[in-house]
Amino acid sequence: MIEVQEQQNQLTPYIDQFERFEQDSELSPAHFLPIRKAAIARFAELGFPTNRDEDWRFTNVAPIANMVTSPASQRTAEVSPSDVSPFLYPELDGPLLVFVNGRYCASLSHTQSMPDGVRVLNLAEAISAGDPVIEEHLARHACYQDRAFAALNTALFEDGVVVHVSKGATPDKTIQVLFITSPESVATVAYPRVLVVADESSQVSIVESYASVGPGDYFVNSVTEVVAGANATVDICRVEHEGDNGFHIGSLHLHQYRSSRVQYHLMSLGGRLISHDVYALLDGEGIDCSLNGFYVVEGKQQVDNHLWVDHAKPHCDSREFFKGVLADQGRGVFCGRIIVREGAQKTDAKQTNQSLLLSDRAQIESNPQLEIFADDVKCTHGATIGQISEESMFYLQSRGLSKAAARNMLVYAFAAEVMATLKILPVKTKLEAELFSRLPRLETTSA
Amino acid sequence: MLEIRNLHASVEGKEILKGLNLSIKAGEVHSIMGPNGSGKSTLAQVLAGHEAYEVTEGEVLYNGKDLLDMESDVRACEGVFLAFQYPVEIPGVSTNYFLRAAMNSIRKYRGEEELDAIDFLQVVKEKTKIVEMDEGLLQRNVNEGFSGGEKKRNEIFQMAVLEPSLAILDETDSGLDIDALKIVAGGVNQLRRPDRSMLVITHYQRLLDFIVPDFVHVLVDGRIEKTGGKELALELEDKGYSWIEGAASTAV
Repeated sequence: MIEVQEQQNQLTPYIDQFERFEQDSELSPAHFLPIRKAAIARFAELGFPTNRDEDWRFTNVAPIANMVTSPASQRTAEVSPSDVSPFLYPELDGPLLVFVNGRYCASLSHTQSMPDGVRVLNLAEAISAGDPVIEEHLARHACYQDRAFAALNTALFEDGVVVHVSKGATPDKTIQVLFITSPESVATVAYPRVLVVADESSQVSIVESYASVGPGDYFVNSVTEVVAGANATVDICRVEHEGDNGFHIGSLHLHQYRSSRVQYHLMSLGGRLISHDVYALLDGEGIDCSLNGFYVVEGKQQVDNHLWVDHAKPHCDSREFFKGVLADQGRGVFCGRIIVREGAQKTDAKQTNQSLLLSDRAQIESNPQLEIFADDVKCTHGATIGQISEESMFYLQSRGLSKAAARNMLVYAFAAEVMATLKILPVKTKLEAELFSRLPRLETTSA
Repeated sequence: MLEIRNLHASVEGKEILKGLNLSIKAGEVHSIMGPNGSGKSTLAQVLAGHEAYEVTEGEVLYNGKDLLDMESDVRACEGVFLAFQYPVEIPGVSTNYFLRAAMNSIRKYRGEEELDAIDFLQVVKEKTKIVEMDEGLLQRNVNEGFSGGEKKRNEIFQMAVLEPSLAILDETDSGLDIDALKIVAGGVNQLRRPDRSMLVITHYQRLLDFIVPDFVHVLVDGRIEKTGGKELALELEDKGYSWIEGAASTAV
C-alpha cells in the first residue's frame, strides 16, 4: 500500500502539470490533444520504472521520480552566447536552433541560411499551424504506449525541432540543434522533442546537442523521432554534455524504409545519469543502419544504452558499435537486442560493445540479446571488458613516455576507433580535443 | 657505462637472477647466451624497469647513476632502450604518432626542443632506410597486424630514431628467416658507435655471425658462468650448454 501511495505521489506533479497543459490550446490544439491525453494516461498507468522492470534492472531512476521539479520553460533564464558557444560548432555554417529550457530562443539561433528543400521549423509553431508532416509523423513512431518516459515527453513537451527534407533534396550543410537547460536553485524538468523526416532519396546531416548551465538539479526527458524515407541518407550525431547535476532519459525512434541509410552517433560526455534507448525499425529491403556510441563516466556517473534493432524485412545490414571508458565509480549498462523477423532472410547484423575499466570500482553490465525467426541470416555480437594492459603500458614507458602520457595514449586509442566513424569533421575534431583534455582527470584508481 | 653487481631478481616470488655480475664499457657489444629459463629475458626486463620483476639484492649503475631507482620512462630518457622479444601491439595508435610522442618526451627531458610533425617525419624517413622498412608502416597502428619480421624491424627502427646509449636486444633474431635476420643485424651494425653500448641477448649463435660481439657471456641459472670472446659462441654451438651447466653444478 505504502508503495502504491509513493508511486502516486511521484506521478501527481506531472499529472497536475498536464491538467494545466491541456487547457492551453496552442500547445494542445484539438487535433493533437487526443495523443497528449493517451500519452499521459499511459504514463499514469506505467509509472516510473523500478529495478523490477527487466530493462531497468541496473538503473535506479528513483532520484528522478523523487525529484520535485518545476517545468523549466516557466523560468526566464539568462543564457548568453558565451554560455552556449562551448557546445557549438562554428565551422558548420548551416542553420542553428538553440532551445533554452525547452523553448526556442531566436536570439541565439540563426536559420537564415536554410538550404533548398529543407524546412527547419520550431515544433510549437508547426503544431499550432497543423503542418501535414506533424499530422503524419509526430508521435507516430515513438512507442509511448510501452515506454513511460516516451509517454511523459509526448504528453508534456512544449517545443522542439522539426526537420523536413523534401524528396530528392540533398543540402550540403549540417543542421545544428542545441537544447540547453539552465537549472537554478529549483530542480527543473525539460522535454526536448525532435522530429526528422527525410523524404525519398533525400539526404540530411544533423548535430543534436544537449547541455546545461547552472548549478541546480535537472531532468531532461527527450524524444527524437527519425523517419528515413526510401533511399534516403540520414546522419545524426547526438552529443550529450550534461552536468553532474543532470539526469537525462532520452530515446531515438527510428523508422527506416527501403534502401535507406542511417548513421547515428551517440556521444555521452557527462551527466549524473544518462539513459538512452534506440528503437530502430528496418522496414524495407536493402537498409543500412549504423548505430555508434561512445561514453565516458567518472565520479558516480552512469550511462545506459539500450538498443533494439528490428530487422523486419530481408537484405538489411545493421551495425552497432559502442565503446565506453569507465573511471572511479562510474557505471555503464549496455543492452542490445537484435530481432530478426520471420522472412527477414539475408539479414546481416553485427553488435560490438567494448568497455575499458580504469578503476576497480567501475562497473559495466553488458547484455546482448538475439531473437531470430529466420534461417538464412548472419548475426554476431561481441562484448569485451578490459583494463589497460600492463604490457602496453610498459612498452610505451620503455620508449620514454611517462606513466600518465602512456595511459592517456592508450585510453585515447581505445576511443579513436569510434571517433574515426564520425563523418561530420568539426564534430570529430572538437570531441577528440574534448576527450583528450579530460583524460588526465580520469584517474586510474584501485580499491 | 653499465655496472651490474650481484643482481638478484624474482618474479611472482620465484628467484630468477641469483647474483649476476656484468660490466659493459662505452662502445662495447656484449652478448648473453644461455639455455631456456636461465634468466636472459628477466635481465632485459629488469634493466628496462618492468614492474613485475622485483630486485631483491644487488645494484645496477648506469653512467654512475642508480638505474634501479629510475622509472622505466626515465631510463629511456637517460638513454636505455630495450628491443622487445615480443613487441606489443597497440591498436588505435599510429607508429608515427607514438614515436614522435616518445622522441619528444625524451628531448624534453634532455632540455632539447620538441620536433614538430614535419621535422619529425624527415628524421624518421631517413631512419626507415636503416632496416629497409616500408614507410607505409609509419601510418599503421603500432605493431598491429605486423608480421614477425616487421615487428623486429620496427624495434630496430625505433632504436635508430631514439638513439639510445645503451641498447638491449632481447632475442631480436628469434623467429626471423635468414633474409630478415641479415636486414635486422645490418641495421644494428649501422647503429654501432664508440659511445653506444649494446647487450645482445640471443638463444642462437647464428646472430653473432652478423653482429660480432666483443664479449660473450653464458648465463646459467641466474648467474654468468663463463665469459669469453666471440669464439666462445662457436664453442657453445659445438658443445651445447651442458658442459658449462655441468661445471656450474660441480662448483656448487
